[in-house]
Amino acid sequence: MRSKNLSEINETNRVGVLTREGPKTALNWETVLPPSAGLDLSSGKYLKIWHGPQHPGVTGNMALELTLEGDIIRECKTHVGYLHRAFEKLMERRKYIQCFPIVCRICVPEPDPNEYLFAAAVEELAHIEVPERAVWLRTLILEMIRVAFLTMGLGGQAGSFGLGPIGQWAVTHRDYLLDLFEELTGGRVYHMYILPGGVRRDLPHGFTERLEEVLKKIERLIGSVEKVMFSNAVFKARAKGLGMIPSEWVVPYGITGTNARAAGVPIDIRKNNPYLVYDQLDFDILTGSASDVYERSSLRKEEILQSIRLIRQIIDKMPKGGPVRNKLPNVMNWKVPAGETYVRAESGRGELGYYLASDGTEYPRRIHVRGAGYTHAMVVLEKLAERQSIADLAGIMVSLQTCPPEIER
Amino acid sequence: MKELINRVESRFTLLNHIEQRPDLLFLSMDAKEVVEVLTYLRDIENYQHLVMISAVDRMEDHMFQLTYLVHNYSDNIDIGIRTNIDRDNPVISSMHHLWPAAQVYQRELHELFGIDFPGSPRQDEPMMLEGWDNIPPMRRDFDTKKYSEETFFPRAGRETYDPRKVMAGKTYPKENEIKHEIKKLVRDQRNK
Repeated sequence: MRSKNLSEINETNRVGVLTREGPKTALNWETVLPPSAGLDLSSGKYLKIWHGPQHPGVTGNMALELTLEGDIIRECKTHVGYLHRAFEKLMERRKYIQCFPIVCRICVPEPDPNEYLFAAAVEELAHIEVPERAVWLRTLILEMIRVAFLTMGLGGQAGSFGLGPIGQWAVTHRDYLLDLFEELTGGRVYHMYILPGGVRRDLPHGFTERLEEVLKKIERLIGSVEKVMFSNAVFKARAKGLGMIPSEWVVPYGITGTNARAAGVPIDIRKNNPYLVYDQLDFDILTGSASDVYERSSLRKEEILQSIRLIRQIIDKMPKGGPVRNKLPNVMNWKVPAGETYVRAESGRGELGYYLASDGTEYPRRIHVRGAGYTHAMVVLEKLAERQSIADLAGIMVSLQTCPPEIER
Repeated sequence: MKELINRVESRFTLLNHIEQRPDLLFLSMDAKEVVEVLTYLRDIENYQHLVMISAVDRMEDHMFQLTYLVHNYSDNIDIGIRTNIDRDNPVISSMHHLWPAAQVYQRELHELFGIDFPGSPRQDEPMMLEGWDNIPPMRRDFDTKKYSEETFFPRAGRETYDPRKVMAGKTYPKENEIKHEIKKLVRDQRNK
């Protein structure tokens, strides 16, 4: 991509597309437009509008309060609260086993990391062992939901740039996976599969063959998406250079997951703090460098293929038989010893963590969910949206994988 | 881990420490030293990733326990800085200047627990509870049941059933009938 100087950029309002020079130069916008603090709203130059709370695509209900100059966003403020269902408060009034139907609702497209983390936190405080086959089954379902989530996210990303059919293909292929989830757990969207001490049931007969069929379908889909989306001139022109996260933002802003890896920072909890059986699996941290919307979506596409390879490895290496669940004490009178812990896992959006404080009674004292979307949607999006065209805002939002239910819990 | 504890102890007053896991350490500090210790961990010890800030309401001790969790990407170790502040006067120094994301966590704690972080940007703006006029809802003395009974009303004409009875009647109608007959017989016998 050729570089342009600032006077050329000033001539056109398409500020996002032309900044492919690298993260450091992308920050230097003060010379192009004055900083947005203290905008004089009574001057008639600016217009205040609300973007949302109906969501554009797959991001969830969240409102953005925008101050526009023409069609350029000068100021963006995130407002959440439209999905506040007080999960953390609800769980303080419920016994541990009654919390399981609640935690999976904290992120609708990707519920299983929540279930795993809550189970892992309780297991750590209560010193419960998990059978080996259950550990492998947990890894399998976490990778399956990652494929489902990233596939739908890819469709949403295409949809936000007007490539509607890819969204429909993606949702169809997610549904093939949801059929498998229904067969395995009984639920399509919320599985409630991972409980303390193991998982609820073993794989049904012939499940791995059916899973392999679906994985082949998704691989074919990725092949088509490659042609229709990533080679599409319109998508390239709009997404390249848009919404760039400088790599020096990653650690101070708390950016994790694909958004960090697309900026060239190799952060992957599956490698850094291996949990479950990820230390026995063979995979690399995929990183990008350009850190724009195009790079993030193409990295997500690669991660779908990586997860598919991981699923195949898991099925190969998994122990063939054995128990899947250890017996728990009477769950309605189950007292978890007092203590505090924090557990984390790599979800499709980034670092997801559960902080659990127990006071030795039947009820958890406090559960705090650290969602990856928290910093992405509240801090990073407000920064990235500034000086972008309003038409590109939905694309940036989807590329950050914001998930409002985990912001307001 | 031991060396790190020693280094922290030589500079600050460490009240207590718990090694929860090989990669997770909880340090209890005085509330006055929290910002200093976080600055030290961030700048000297390379704990540059702010994972979360959370509060626990210890109502029986009249305390809020605050936990600041920081992570080190080179050793992959977490440190949780814990501190207790007075529940009746919950004020603690803000650390929004250390991490840009910290102000959002502090804003949330201000709204849900009523903890004051003087100088934290946009602290008084409502985040998720617009028009809330009750006590901060994550405090343990906030009565959720009473609030929902006062605020929401059941739909007129709505009936509730005991699910156990309904399901027993549906799945085992004959057995259920026999059970009730036996119960009736026993009751009659007793009354005689």
